Amino acid sequence: MSQFLQLLFSGLTVGATYALSALGFSMIYNASGVINFAQGEFIMLGGMVAAVLTASGLPLPFAVVAAILVVAFVGLLVEKLAIEPARDADITSIIIITIGVSMILRGVVEVTLGKGNLTLPHFSGDTPIAIGGATLLPQSLWVMVVTAVVVVALAAFFGRTRVGKGILATAHNRLAAQLVGVDVKKVLLASFGLAAALGAVGGVLITPIATTSYDAGLMLGLKGFVAATFGGLGSGVGAIAGGVLLGLIETMTAGYVSSSYKDAVPFVLVLVVLVVRPRGLFGLGSSDRV
Amino acid sequence: MSDASTSSILGRASPETTAAALATAPSFVSRHAPTLALVAVLAVLPLVLPNAFYFDVVIRIMANAVLAIALNLLIGYCGQISLGHAGFFGLGAYGSAILTTHYDWKAPLALVVSAAVVGVLAWIVARVILRLKGHYLAMATLGLGIIVTIVLTNEASLTGGPDGMAVGDLNILGIRLYGERVWYPVFAGLLVVAIWLAGNLVESPAGRALRALHGSEVAARVVGIDTASFKTRVFVLSAVVAAIMGSLTAHYLGFITPQVASFHKSVELVTMVVVGGMASIWGSVVGAALLSLLPDLLAHFEGFETVIFGVILVATMIFLPRGIVPSLLRLIRREG
Repeated sequence: MSQFLQLLFSGLTVGATYALSALGFSMIYNASGVINFAQGEFIMLGGMVAAVLTASGLPLPFAVVAAILVVAFVGLLVEKLAIEPARDADITSIIIITIGVSMILRGVVEVTLGKGNLTLPHFSGDTPIAIGGATLLPQSLWVMVVTAVVVVALAAFFGRTRVGKGILATAHNRLAAQLVGVDVKKVLLASFGLAAALGAVGGVLITPIATTSYDAGLMLGLKGFVAATFGGLGSGVGAIAGGVLLGLIETMTAGYVSSSYKDAVPFVLVLVVLVVRPRGLFGLGSSDRV
Repeated sequence: MSDASTSSILGRASPETTAAALATAPSFVSRHAPTLALVAVLAVLPLVLPNAFYFDVVIRIMANAVLAIALNLLIGYCGQISLGHAGFFGLGAYGSAILTTHYDWKAPLALVVSAAVVGVLAWIVARVILRLKGHYLAMATLGLGIIVTIVLTNEASLTGGPDGMAVGDLNILGIRLYGERVWYPVFAGLLVVAIWLAGNLVESPAGRALRALHGSEVAARVVGIDTASFKTRVFVLSAVVAAIMGSLTAHYLGFITPQVASFHKSVELVTMVVVGGMASIWGSVVGAALLSLLPDLLAHFEGFETVIFGVILVATMIFLPRGIVPSLLRLIRREG
């Protein structure tokens, strides 16, 4: 029982990070129909920047906020410099652009910040809390609580603010949104900024537990993509449910079945889901426009 | 051609029909001019390549070009992305390696059986997954590729794990294929055959149907094209080609690691297709050449290879969105 509880805690922690990554994927997918393969690099970048800033003496809270802002700015830059100029290109070409962007980000970090593993201090100490025979790191609580807060804030943003509603409208029907006065160009820009910031939040939260390095983004990004597909691409609820479920199943497999096949679990799972429910757990059906 | 054949059926060759037959001859040449030019270049290259290193570079380009052409049939003509093609390549490579090393199979038999198994696997996957569209297929193939890499890495007793395993030489009809100079004509022949077959496929009724699919799947279905069956066949074809190239490359290199099946390799293949030009066979050749050469060319920029590689990708897609070959052809036509 205590082992189950232990696995549950770490599964929820990992799952929360996947959920944030998946939300970033869904947001950009909604705004543009593009799978952003650079999403994982935003996560890596958040952790790396915060780690370097704290190492240079900046107090942790400032370093964290600064890192999120820096990464959000990088997200805006990426949209302005790489995505917007290719607006008329085929979706496949834009996917290749995001792969190119991810290589640039990874390469720049490798050259400027080095190849070493970096870490952050735990936000409020690393004395584990004992619960029912299992232990929970305070940092895990941070991960879960902040993710929950972010999700609530996003729901309010999309449900109640003008900008948020504009993004949702564009996701549903780009042309119609444009006709009623939504600036779809700005929507795309805003989605990249937001998605990058979400990635950075995830990166900053998980780095004290998992550490980070220049090449950590690929797997985190792919699992976010899996989580988003798992829940249904473009669905916010799906992204969160997909992320959390994925984290739980992956951790349970590592604990009870085989830790060397842990990384294969998400990919087997997503294949099964695609076969049974081709549009993901929460995805909506849609018809093709001719 | 029709004039010439009529005259031979009638048994008399009038001066006019002979002239007509002669007039059709250059059209064969002009139709196949790029292919003939490539054959000429491939025939001359061994005379000018200074050493084994350059032979190896050209062999890698040719192998990648064959892979890219097969993948382009899927991406460019069916409008389907596969982000796991290196998985099929890896299965072919390891199939040959394991069957010849651990089970003492003859190399050609191992190659054929590996390719057949990959074909069946691709067929099963296609039946299930090709009804999914767009990014879901990308996700599914990506997952498949990563699973293959993880299995190859973990089953160390068979595959040697992350350190890789040695592969013996390939003997075909009593000829032992060993060394760059012997392998060169093999890969060169494969490339020419691939270009020729792909060209025929693209111009066949099936090929026209494939192009219709990329344009609009619904429209293609409305005019009576069995889209699912076409996509399945092309997917299986490109997977089998990848497996065969995997087997050959394993024998050529003599040593393989799970990296041959990695996500990175899959992305590299898709990039060759897209940068060279989707739905352009010659684009795939150019893309393969460019992306195979880049790592060597960029080796001088210590540390900055990844950044420069990424910048080239992004810039190509922004300034030549249709890929290098189609964009340049368009420019030339507009100028002319």
